[in-house]
Parts: sequence; structure tokens; C-alpha cells
Amino acid sequence: MTASASPVAQKAIEAAKRGRSPLADTFRQFRKNRVAMLSTVFLILLVLVAVFTDTFVFTLFTGEKPEPLLAPYHYSEANFIYVNAPPMTRTDDGQLYLLGTDYLGRDILSRTLYGTRISLAVAFVAATVSLIIGLIYGLISGYSRPAIDNLMMRTVDFLYGFPIIIFIILMQVYFKSLSRRGEGGLADVLINIDKAMGGMFFLFIAIGMLNWLGMARIARGQTLSYKQKEFVEAARSVGATNLRIMGKHLLPNILGPCIVAETLAIPGYIFLEAFLSFIGLGVNPPTPSWGLMISEAYPALRTYPHQLFVPAIALTLTTLAFNFMGDGLRDAFDPRLRGEG
Amino acid sequence: MTQYIIRRIFWAIPVLFMVILVTFVMARALPGGPFDFAGDRSLPESVRKNLARKYNLDDPLAVQFAKYMADVLRGDLGPSFRSRSQTVNDILAQSFPISFQLGILSIILGLLIGIPAGVVAAINHNGFLDYFSSFIAILGVSIPNIVLGPFLIWLVGLKLGWLPVARWGADYTEFYFGIIPPLTSVDFWTHAILPTITIGTGLSAGIARLTRASLLQVIREDYIRTARAKGLPSWAVIFIHALKNALIPVVTILGPMFAAVVTGSFVVEQIFGLPGMGRHFVQSVTNRDYPVVLGASLVYAVLLVLANLFVDIAYAFLDPRIRYD
Repeated sequence: MTASASPVAQKAIEAAKRGRSPLADTFRQFRKNRVAMLSTVFLILLVLVAVFTDTFVFTLFTGEKPEPLLAPYHYSEANFIYVNAPPMTRTDDGQLYLLGTDYLGRDILSRTLYGTRISLAVAFVAATVSLIIGLIYGLISGYSRPAIDNLMMRTVDFLYGFPIIIFIILMQVYFKSLSRRGEGGLADVLINIDKAMGGMFFLFIAIGMLNWLGMARIARGQTLSYKQKEFVEAARSVGATNLRIMGKHLLPNILGPCIVAETLAIPGYIFLEAFLSFIGLGVNPPTPSWGLMISEAYPALRTYPHQLFVPAIALTLTTLAFNFMGDGLRDAFDPRLRGEG
Repeated sequence: MTQYIIRRIFWAIPVLFMVILVTFVMARALPGGPFDFAGDRSLPESVRKNLARKYNLDDPLAVQFAKYMADVLRGDLGPSFRSRSQTVNDILAQSFPISFQLGILSIILGLLIGIPAGVVAAINHNGFLDYFSSFIAILGVSIPNIVLGPFLIWLVGLKLGWLPVARWGADYTEFYFGIIPPLTSVDFWTHAILPTITIGTGLSAGIARLTRASLLQVIREDYIRTARAKGLPSWAVIFIHALKNALIPVVTILGPMFAAVVTGSFVVEQIFGLPGMGRHFVQSVTNRDYPVVLGASLVYAVLLVLANLFVDIAYAFLDPRIRYD
């Protein structure tokens, strides 16, 4: 019985013997990894900060302007008297700039807190887009006849020869100049969405659309390793359709490794956003992104290094947390993989 | 094997063609043209027309593309619209070697740190040194270049004042064969250290993880047990028998890694003010300098293709069990 069960089912059986569900088993494994747990807690806090930086969630449906909540000030509120103020500056009228102000007199702490939104949004949206495209593509490719599989994978190989970063840059320049001129029709709708999101929307498209290749390869490899197994044979013999086999039997088995791989790819997306904002092709100022803040603080590095260090530390801690969490997830999902890579 | 390589090289031709085509279309789709200057510097309509005629910009796109392809096949990447005195070939000949040298130096640094760290971690599997070096490795891959670069500039360049913080220490007139830097020049090394560390740290972390994983797999093999059984000291088992095989995956990722470093060095070139390809590329996109955009993309694509080819050939040479027919 166990021999013909799928790995997910097998895990469930083993876990049931010990009186626990498979998910709880994985979670137990994960919880033992203290660094990974700490990282997860940090990321959860970060999500909370991103959500409650201002009253955005409460005013979403009332149409009021969001007020700063966790952040002391709005990210674009400039105090021209206190420009480039050092940390712990208290103004004459009693305002406190805990981490100082930038070259326009904007509170650095507030901008950094608002900046979590951009990085996390890029992380989750780009990861989801690339996971979905990659999973579907890899699943179909791996499950199809060798001729189709070959064609689909050669296409991926083909795209691998493309300097992706160049296309991301070209796309961003295109989107940017598009939103500056306005086009009319559908383009205008997209431009307005992008403007409302401070330039994030096009960033998602550019990053997510071009990063699914690796995921497609992993998903296909996983599918190939399972599709000859008995449990697939069994499903087919009772008349399950291809769609059902792919969705119900293969997908749950390949999902774990794919999610783990995607988690480990997230720091790359965050780097990419920071990098694009750094060269002026990311979000639109004054939307605060850590990459943009670093690039704005960079010219004054000699005189006001703290302006650069605050967003830099935030950026590093976030990518660090994603890496540790991804590592922990990989170990928990499949202990056999521990220490391989 | 030879046949395989030839087949792979032919396979690269459609890839390169598509890269040129897509870049061409995308570059032309960008709103605005190379001669749209704003304000006082704006050109009279007649001058713009003449310039467009001179650079074939008034032809239909398909004709422009055909003309461009014909030039490329002859090895001529065209004129630069912005710097009239230079052709794209000139610009690339000056800037590519800098990106290339930076890439090679970073990879060497990555190997010098990464391999020993990976070996130490594998030997002490699940020991303190293993966890410690894995921890450092994750730290290494987590620090973005746009953080590490400015931090090094601030600490080493500005606070301690030990090293220069900008520019490359040699220019193309000093390169041997147009690509090898003057290795005896102190100026070259002092300028190269910080950017090399910036890129190399992340690489060394990746190499360390890969070396460790691969070595852990290899030391479970039968021939390692044989080597131990015949009484070899453990350093000899690790360094002579195991490492040789464990490094196969490391060698094979060097190709793509190099391509990724060179094509991804935009940030570091920007931070350190290096006149490499990345900076030229970003500038040329902003300036709508189509020939430079296309030329740089082509160089990047050729690099990627060569890197992927390198992987397969390296595998075949290093692991005789793999045969390509």
C-alpha cells in the first residue's frame, strides 16, 4: 500500500502513524531551526509594519487620504529648515526626527518604514507571478509527450540565452516614458494603475514576467520524476483526466520543492528592485524604496553616511531573513536535502 | 564531441539573431528619438531630418534592420549617435575589457575564499565550523552590492583613507592585447580592490555552499572508502581523491557565473564610477543611442551563449562518463 502511494500521501501516512498531520510534521521540523524561526518572526513583523505604516487599510474603502500610523510622518513631508539633520534631532516646535532627515528634510525613519511596502510587495508579487507561470509551464512540459516537452524546454533554453537584465531595463524605460506621455485606451488604464502604485505595477510585470525560467525547469524536473510512479498510473487506470492528474496528483507533490526554490529566489527580486530604483528605473520618486533612498543618499556619503546606512541595513536584514527562512523551509520540507546547496 | 560543439555553435546563431531582433524592436519602441534635445538645445526640424537621413532612421524599420544586420555580419556595429567621434566598436573596445577584468578578478577572489571555506565546512560536517561557515555564507549572499559597495567606500575609502573610491586604475591604451590589464601597476590594483571585494563576496558565498554540498556527496562514494581503507591520510583522501571530483559542479558554474557577473555589474560600475559596459548600456538606453544599446546587448548575449557552451564542454572534459553524440 505504501509503495504505490504518492510521496505526499506517504508522508501523511507516516505522520498519521505518529498521530500528527504532515503539515504539522513539517512545521515541527521547521520550528526546531531557531534562526529560521527568528527570520520568520522578523518577516511577519515586517509585513505588519508594511501594512500599518499608515492607515491605508482603514481608509481603503472610505476614500479618505491615509494618515501615517506607525511612521511618525508622511514619506514626502519635507521640513526645509531641518535638511540633512542628524539622528535624534528635535525641532523647535517639538518634532522629533529619530533617524534624522534626508537632503529634502524628509524623515528617514518614516521613509524606511514606508519602504518595506515596496520591497515586500515586489518580493511577494514577483515570486507569485514567476511561481504560477513556472509551475504551469513546467507541469505541462514534464507531463506532455517527449516531442512537446522537448519543444517547450528548448524554448526555455533559448530564452536562457537572452540577457534578461537588458530586457528588464528596456521594458522599464519603455514603461517610464509611456507613463510620462500618456497613450490613451488600455495603456492609459495601466498607466493610471501604475501611477496609483507609485510606479510599482510596471516593476512587477517586468520582474515577474522574466524570471519564471528557472522555476519552469525545476517544476518540469519534479514532474518527470513523479509521472512514472505507481500513484499516477493508479489514477490513470481509474480514468482520471490528464488535467485532474496534473492538478490533483502531481501538483501537491511538486509544490513543496518549488515553493522552497521560489523563497530562495526572493532576495534576488528584492535586489533587482533596489538596483532598478538605484539607477532611476524603479519606483517613481517620492515613493520611498530602499534602493532609491540609497541612491539619493549616495552622493552625500562622506558627510551624512547614516542616510545611506538606515535603508541599507533594512535591505540587508530583509534579504537575510528570506534566505534563512528559505533554508529552513528546505530542510523542513525534505530532510534528505539538508546541507545540499 | 567536436560534432556536438559544432552543433551547439550553430544553435547559438538563432539565439543571437533573436536577441538582436528583440532588442532592435524594443529599442525602437521606446518613445522619443536620439536627437530629441529639450529646451535651448533642441534642433531645427531640417537638421533633425538630415541627421535621420544620415543614420538611415527615415527608412522603414525592416530596411533599417536589414542594413544593420548586414553591418553586424561584417563586424561593424555602427556609429554612436551621441559621441560622434566614436563608433560602437570603439566604445565597446574601451569599456568591455574593464567589465571583463572586474569579472575575472571577482571570480578569482570568489574561488580563493569559497573553495577553502566549503572544504572546511564539509570536513567538519555538522560541526561548529560547518554551521559557522554556512552562516557566513548566507550572510555573504544576503548583502546586496548596493549596500556592500557604498559601505566599503565609506569605511576603507573615506574613514580609513586607504584606497581610492572611484574609477578604474588603467584605461584601454594600457591594456595588453586590448584586454589584459597592466598587472604590475600599483594604480590598477588599488582601484580594483574595492569593486572586486564587492562582487567577490557574494560569489565566494555561493561557491562555498556549492563546494560543501558537492564534497559531502563525493565523500560518501565507494572509491573514497577504498582510499581510506588502504590507509591514506585523510588530507590526501580529501585533497587528492575527493576534491578533484567535488569541484566538477564548481567548474561548470564558473561560465554562467562569469556571464552573470559581467552582465550584472551595472550597479558596481555605477557605484565606483567605472567606465565599463554596464554604465554605457544604461546611458545609451536613456539617450536612445540605438547602436550602442544593440551592440552592448549583442556582447552580453554572446557572453551568455559562450558561458552555456562552456558548461557542457567542461562537463564532458571533466567527467568522462558523460558523452555527447
